Amino acid sequence: MKTDDLADLLAAQVAPAPRRAASRRLGLALALGLPAAAAIMLVDYGVRRDLVQAMLWPMFWVKLLFPACIGIAGYVMVQRLAHPGVRVRRAWLGAVLPVLAVWVLAAVGWWRMPDEARMPALMGQTWRTCVWSIGLMALPVFVAVLAALRTLAPTRPAAAGAAAGALAGGAGAAVYALHCPELTAPFLAVWYVLGIALPVAAGALIGPRLLRW
Amino acid sequence: MERTTRTTPFRAAEVEAELHALFVRGLDGDGEAYRRFLQRLSGHLRVFVARRLFGWPDEVEDLVQECLLAMHNQRHTYQRDQPLTAWVHAIARYKVIDLLRAKSAREALHDPLDDETAVFAESATEASDARRDVQALLAQLPDRHRLPIVHVKLEGLSVAETAKLTGMSESAVKVGIHRGLKALAAKMRSGGRKA
Repeated sequence: MKTDDLADLLAAQVAPAPRRAASRRLGLALALGLPAAAAIMLVDYGVRRDLVQAMLWPMFWVKLLFPACIGIAGYVMVQRLAHPGVRVRRAWLGAVLPVLAVWVLAAVGWWRMPDEARMPALMGQTWRTCVWSIGLMALPVFVAVLAALRTLAPTRPAAAGAAAGALAGGAGAAVYALHCPELTAPFLAVWYVLGIALPVAAGALIGPRLLRW
Repeated sequence: MERTTRTTPFRAAEVEAELHALFVRGLDGDGEAYRRFLQRLSGHLRVFVARRLFGWPDEVEDLVQECLLAMHNQRHTYQRDQPLTAWVHAIARYKVIDLLRAKSAREALHDPLDDETAVFAESATEASDARRDVQALLAQLPDRHRLPIVHVKLEGLSVAETAKLTGMSESAVKVGIHRGLKALAAKMRSGGRKA
């Protein structure tokens, strides 16, 4: 078939293209993924019993908002990477700065703590499970966002996969924060960051295979 | 590719404005504007692709067609306030790199970091023959994809007529066209890359 004939074929009775397709598909992915993550947290883990009281402590909000910022930055990056020719620009800062802030907070806390308080603050009571729990709660959003990306056009698939991981990891960690009993900055700086890094790395690895088009 | 192609320098900004206008009308369902857009676009793609595939002149027209189909299938990812050159360049570049990577890992390292405005700088209207036969790929599709494309896109029947003729529902005909063109793009990828 000649190229002009292909152009004729494609243009014949062409249907209007849907508008704002990426936003709607990514929105749908979040509308499915976030409740699923919340359901896993509620059913398998349960909200921390002193949630109302915890809401009065600044560390609780740090624990909730730093992953939420990463998730929002991840969404912006996914949005941009799903559109050919749209640059990511500074959106990655939105994912990196919250991590740096938590690290600074942890370093200051660590420095001011008495020696014997340091290891308990770092390991908490749940360091063994934290990373995997965040990974589990990231999973529904991760799968849904990658499925949405497969209907879009990422020309940098590894970056798009990693951004999907940041979105899912940030969302998963924010949901997990409602269960998690830990309230120290060093704990967040290591285990939460690793928990979010897990889906980011997974996305960067499978992106090139999964998102090829 | 034979040197029978005529390249004419264009003023890229003018081309951008004209193609953008045609494309936007096409996105709203104006088939005639869309056909003119695709034809002019293929001329620019031909030069862009040929420059980067100088080692494989036989592949140029195939990749132009693959780009065209990919851009059609992903046209919902174009944001109307975005420069068209940036969108076209990103997709064409992605397809060129994908092909080079499949051909030889070493070639992919010479990833040309070029200026995206250059896509519309030149155009070649004379096509060399495509090696891959799109018609033959079309024939490999299952009936639920193939029949809607053949009747609506090639024979010019309406969706309603095609539905009556094939016993499919109208929405199944529309979905068949959409999925069929995606499947065709996938066949272009896998078929072209094994050779």
